[in-house]
Amino acid sequence: MVSLKVNGTTHSVDVDDDTPLLWAIRDNIGLTGTKFGCGVAQCGACTVYVDGQPVRSCVTPVSAVGDSEITTIEAITGKEAEAVQAAWTARDVPQCGYCQSGQVMSAVALLKENKKPTDRDIDLAMNGNLCRCATYVRIRAAIHDAARALEI
Amino acid sequence: MTAHDPNLSRRNLSRRTWLKGAGALVIGLHLPGTARAQSSGAGAAFRPGGNATFAPNAFIRVAPDNSVTVLVKHIEFGQGPFTGLATLAAEEMDADWSQMRSEHAPADVKLYANLAFGVQGTGGSTAIANSWEQMRKAGATARAMLVQAAADAWKVPAAEITVVSGVISHASGKQGRFGEFAEAASKLPVPENAPLKPASAYKLIGKEGAVKRLDSYDKSRGKAQFTIDIHAPNMLTVVVARPPRFGGKVASFDAAATLKVKGVVDVKQIGSGVAVYATGMWPALKGREALKVSWDESAAEKRGSRELIAEYRALARQKGTTAGKHGDAEAVLAKADKVVEAEFVFPYLAHAPMEPLDGYLQWDGTEALARFGSQFQTTEHQTIAAILGLPPEKVKLETMLAGGSFGRRAQVSQHLAAELAMAAKAIGPNRPVKLVWTREDDLAGGYYRPLFVHRMRGAVKDGKITAWADNIVGQSFFLGTPLEAMVVKDGIDATSVEGANELFYEIADFNCEVANPKVGVPTLWWRSVGHTHTGYAVECFIDELLQAAGQDPLSGRIALMGDKHARAIAVLKAVGEMANWKGPGPVGDRARGVAVVESFGSFVAQIAEVSFVDGEPKVHKVWCAVDCGVAVNPDVIRAQMEGGIGFGLGHALYGELTLDQGKPVQANFDSYRSLRIQEMPEVEVKIIASTVAPTGVGEPGVPPIGPAVANALAALGQQRPRQLPMVGRTV
Ligand code: FES
Ligand code: FES
Repeated sequence: MVSLKVNGTTHSVDVDDDTPLLWAIRDNIGLTGTKFGCGVAQCGACTVYVDGQPVRSCVTPVSAVGDSEITTIEAITGKEAEAVQAAWTARDVPQCGYCQSGQVMSAVALLKENKKPTDRDIDLAMNGNLCRCATYVRIRAAIHDAARALEI
Repeated sequence: MTAHDPNLSRRNLSRRTWLKGAGALVIGLHLPGTARAQSSGAGAAFRPGGNATFAPNAFIRVAPDNSVTVLVKHIEFGQGPFTGLATLAAEEMDADWSQMRSEHAPADVKLYANLAFGVQGTGGSTAIANSWEQMRKAGATARAMLVQAAADAWKVPAAEITVVSGVISHASGKQGRFGEFAEAASKLPVPENAPLKPASAYKLIGKEGAVKRLDSYDKSRGKAQFTIDIHAPNMLTVVVARPPRFGGKVASFDAAATLKVKGVVDVKQIGSGVAVYATGMWPALKGREALKVSWDESAAEKRGSRELIAEYRALARQKGTTAGKHGDAEAVLAKADKVVEAEFVFPYLAHAPMEPLDGYLQWDGTEALARFGSQFQTTEHQTIAAILGLPPEKVKLETMLAGGSFGRRAQVSQHLAAELAMAAKAIGPNRPVKLVWTREDDLAGGYYRPLFVHRMRGAVKDGKITAWADNIVGQSFFLGTPLEAMVVKDGIDATSVEGANELFYEIADFNCEVANPKVGVPTLWWRSVGHTHTGYAVECFIDELLQAAGQDPLSGRIALMGDKHARAIAVLKAVGEMANWKGPGPVGDRARGVAVVESFGSFVAQIAEVSFVDGEPKVHKVWCAVDCGVAVNPDVIRAQMEGGIGFGLGHALYGELTLDQGKPVQANFDSYRSLRIQEMPEVEVKIIASTVAPTGVGEPGVPPIGPAVANALAALGQQRPRQLPMVGRTV
């Protein structure tokens, strides 16, 4: 039994210690907004926050999480999350949409750290998130939109 | 993603031919005629549309809460049919966009056949093209019935009633919304020929900003449900150990260690390998890791990419099957003073959709429900029923949103549906299964864009291109399948030569030959199919010949088109204006390249501005002009061009699936390099205004970008890359 604090609720999950957080969240806790794309920290589809920091849950074993607060796409809140998600919808960023939970998680984390990211900042913060549909033009534009919205 | 031209009166009937041959009915445009709405099959057969009370036809549901749900027969995997088909229906209904919803139609060939194929399926960039009439008629019919219901209730002539943004009104001051009349409308006869709007009256079709994607909200919030997200009580997750080489088989296996892994429930041999059943994905993966399988590789393909390329190069020097010919290119080449030669080599490519293949199936021995991102519903439905030994009417197939496809889900062999059914059958009834492929399974799993070689020769005399010869070698997707006899006609598989056996360019002596060697590697169409390699070979080589002839790449192309290809010329001119084309350059450290390709009835020209940084091409900006007929959703078209450019560019630069002695080398995204945000150029798209019936946009954005970049590299003083990918090639 491992105890995980996800989105403010503590869950006891019956998994081995080496189970990646991703599968505990998806299969045991039943939150499926966090996606599987590669399993080896190459695509970012599985991005969640551990104590507010974005991590790749596919390579983070549950044993490494301890009693940290885990936040998934289902529970992101605050003005950055609202601005990013509003910009994503207004720009119609998603195509297939499968990578977009991870994209949104990374973008929100960026804006929390950096209120006015440059293109270079966006490259650095987002280059771990693959999009096979290549929605990158709109991801970039939507992050700039969200940053502008946060200024007001 | 696939063949072919939605304009079926023209060439390339292969897709449609095989689907017909797959034993399905060919049903024409289906709209219930005079049948009563409630008995029009669809209403009774399934539950889509939620609490709808008015179902005038197979495509539209109106609920008491005024919501209008469009049942979309094409799978949504990003290319936008949920939004596009809803736009067509909403336009004719005069609905307000905020009341529109979309969901997948169930598998039902009688109601939902793709009119281009004769069976239900998505591909060939046909979604908008073949729903253009059908969805508008469905919308117009629904509107006419709602108006009649209001007229009856208000006791006024229907002709005096107007509908604006979902509000039905009459000059007397009476007003109502769709939901109020849904029930009454459902009792009316379905009119035969509800009139369609003239284009001048459109409020949504082709209007910038009138429509937003219906799926963006959920997809930005982790709420969209994909196959991998399905959970059910008692469900088992299944992963399969498959042979490391194509054509291998299980000789024997030892599951002792696997069965000791906590969470593993069972292990079964199935047709495709050894299936591990577990309570979740992680135990399934650990169980598979612990499995010992010995493989019988006696019939496996053991050649690698290197050997295949050498064989193909040799084959390209022999006489192939003629796929296009006029004049006598060989004679002119033999006598020419100046012959330009180039050999282009294209690697195997994986589609690598972001969501790897997966599927869910539950059955109780007499009935089954399959849920997955099915792209060819009719044939997959039949396959599942056949494997489970159930009559087709006892099997329901529900199409899920899919995290991309790029052709991967358009399965000629239906291997995924078959594996899903086999996995369910092997464990027995009442154990729902979710089959999941990992990324490693995906990349090692075959069904690649085939490896191709183009050997090109051209003659140039007095500033004119006088001869062109192209010898193409590569696998056909159909050779060695039961469909071979149906699809490969006179030795020519159109998907190998499309875009190369007829050119825009008028060259007096022209020859195109093809050889389709048999190789034991499963291959499949890949976003833009034959154009993935023919577009590159043709557009690089014409550029090289124009350079040899001392002509400008853009005006030289137009001059070679004569007066026959107005739409191709228009997109070239438009893209030249957008980019303010003044020749390829270089200017400073940047140069420009151009390319134009027609695919799936749409015309796309692109100009790429490129520099060379740290040993790699850096693409700064791409201008793109597209003519896809009537532009139903301009912003979806722009998105497809942007995405197509990113997809095409990523593979031209980095994409390569190498076989080493028959084994796939690139295992995951660490080695199967995929375009990332810092590598994505700025993109500017212009959509050419048109009144021609719409054609597709899912694929046509892909082919021009590779050659445009290669041609820019030539202007930077380098050779156009003869072998792809341009960066980090391993062969
Ligand atoms: S699934 Fe974790 S980074 Fe790809
Ligand atoms: S939207 Fe499809 S992978 Fe990003």
